[in-house]
Amino acid sequence: MILVELSKMLRRPRTWATVLLLCALPTLVAIFVAARNIGPRPGEGPAFLSAVLNNGTLYPAAALAIILPIFLPVAVALMAGESIAGEATAGTLRYLLIRPVGRTRLLVAKLVSVVVFVLGSVVIVALVSLLVGVSLLGGQRGSVVSVSGVDLTPTQVVGRMVLTVGYIGVSMIGVAAIALFLSTCTDSTPGAALGALAGLVTSQVLVTLEAASPVGPYLPTRYWLAWIDLFRDPILWRQVERGFALQLVYGAVFLGLAWANFSSKDITS
Amino acid sequence: MSADACVIRTRGLTKRYGHVLAVDGVDLDVRAGDTYGFLGPNGSGKTTVVRMLLGLVFATAGEIEVLGVPVPKRVGEVLPHIGALVEGPSAYGHLSGRRNLSLLDATGHPGPRRTRAERVDAVLDRVGLGGIDSRPVKAYSLGMRQRLGLAAALLSPPTLLILDEPTNGLDPRGIQEVRELLAELNAAGTTVFLSSHLLAEVEATCRRVGIIDRGRLLLEESMDNLRAPTGRILVHTPDVDRAHALLDGRVVERTAERLAVRADDPAALTAQLVGAGLRVTGVAVERRTLEEVVLGVVGAGSDRVDRR
Repeated sequence: MILVELSKMLRRPRTWATVLLLCALPTLVAIFVAARNIGPRPGEGPAFLSAVLNNGTLYPAAALAIILPIFLPVAVALMAGESIAGEATAGTLRYLLIRPVGRTRLLVAKLVSVVVFVLGSVVIVALVSLLVGVSLLGGQRGSVVSVSGVDLTPTQVVGRMVLTVGYIGVSMIGVAAIALFLSTCTDSTPGAALGALAGLVTSQVLVTLEAASPVGPYLPTRYWLAWIDLFRDPILWRQVERGFALQLVYGAVFLGLAWANFSSKDITS
Repeated sequence: MSADACVIRTRGLTKRYGHVLAVDGVDLDVRAGDTYGFLGPNGSGKTTVVRMLLGLVFATAGEIEVLGVPVPKRVGEVLPHIGALVEGPSAYGHLSGRRNLSLLDATGHPGPRRTRAERVDAVLDRVGLGGIDSRPVKAYSLGMRQRLGLAAALLSPPTLLILDEPTNGLDPRGIQEVRELLAELNAAGTTVFLSSHLLAEVEATCRRVGIIDRGRLLLEESMDNLRAPTGRILVHTPDVDRAHALLDGRVVERTAERLAVRADDPAALTAQLVGAGLRVTGVAVERRTLEEVVLGVVGAGSDRVDRR
């Protein structure tokens, strides 16, 4: 079932259009930066963007910082929001269930394909932006300087990029789980996706709101930028660990809700 | 399974949506080898019953047994033996019909991958889509989609076929083909449960009928019993006056060229008329049509909303 779901996802033109869009934005930014050779001043604009003028190999980090706040969560929310609601709208959900595919199995297969989509698209964005960065901004002109100001060896950079890709993937668990849960509640894909995004926007507003600081540590977007700590020397693990744990909790709670709802629901679509 | 074992058996099946009672105490008995017509106006609860039989919708009260297995508790055991078409066919619009079927074949209880293409081709041939090209399903006509839906239902040879309005969108030839296909499957031992609001459909296909209206099963009867002779014989003759005089006392109805006579034996009646030198153009035993039976027991469909 998991393989069937993956093959369905990979055969969808929409999947590739989304990935293409995710790659397009960082590429566009790279073109502008390279053409005018003006980066944002250090400390302003997306993370790492000022650093890449010295070294194109660091561009994947900048690219991920660009897509992380909006593009990636929107894509993930759409993908996960579509999972069950999309089948319901197409009328194929009832035929899957009477095939029979158990409801739990279907949910797990959908979840796996969302996870594959998140990791796959983050990896693709990283690779494409590496290519774009090196070709437009040049390769190893200067050494890579960590956020703490110490030089990083190329192996260290690769290792930390891999960690970053993993952490950003994990950061999307919360959105994906919320969207998947909403997807079992409604037959409307936009409804489920927008519901999850509404939750994220709320979270992002509250994160910056001083008055909301008591709930701050429990907001799903609170530790999204913690991966920047992976480029410190030595790595600061505290925020990354918290972010990881928080996403797991969100994932467990909302997937549990999704399962409880879906397995007891009347399928009238 | 013995010949008269129940393939579908429900007792007191009830479904309540909020305060709407969609299905109300339905007791169905569908036997092995039946072609069972489940008749009812739009919105009478047919589809809800079908969905409950397949474990898609959970009953508020009552019991269901399909192929001897309690549903929805162990529905996973019986579903592999059921082919179904529920409220119209559906497929992924951006994929071809063939691709849709092989995806379906790979899910649930997948058959061997090696013979997948053969199985798909076989069911496509069966429903008359053997020559289908790689056009996406969204370019299909309604009739083609209906055929594809039937193909999907037949993908793993079912012992029970549950079909909801299977001829919807088909042209007369297509309808004829589907009837022949169902008769063929039934002859090979498949039990057919056909839910429809089309009388002609049920009349042409089914040997037993259940009529549902406003969620209640009004009657469940064999087609032969429903259409038993009414005890009247219709005589067509140009000599109506003389025939009326001859059969006086037994004539219950008279039109310009036709008499309705209370009698049991058409042969004896014909002999009597011809013996008296009357010309007879036709003699027929009167039977109730399914339409008369249905209109006799069913109220207005729920898609009609009268002013109160």
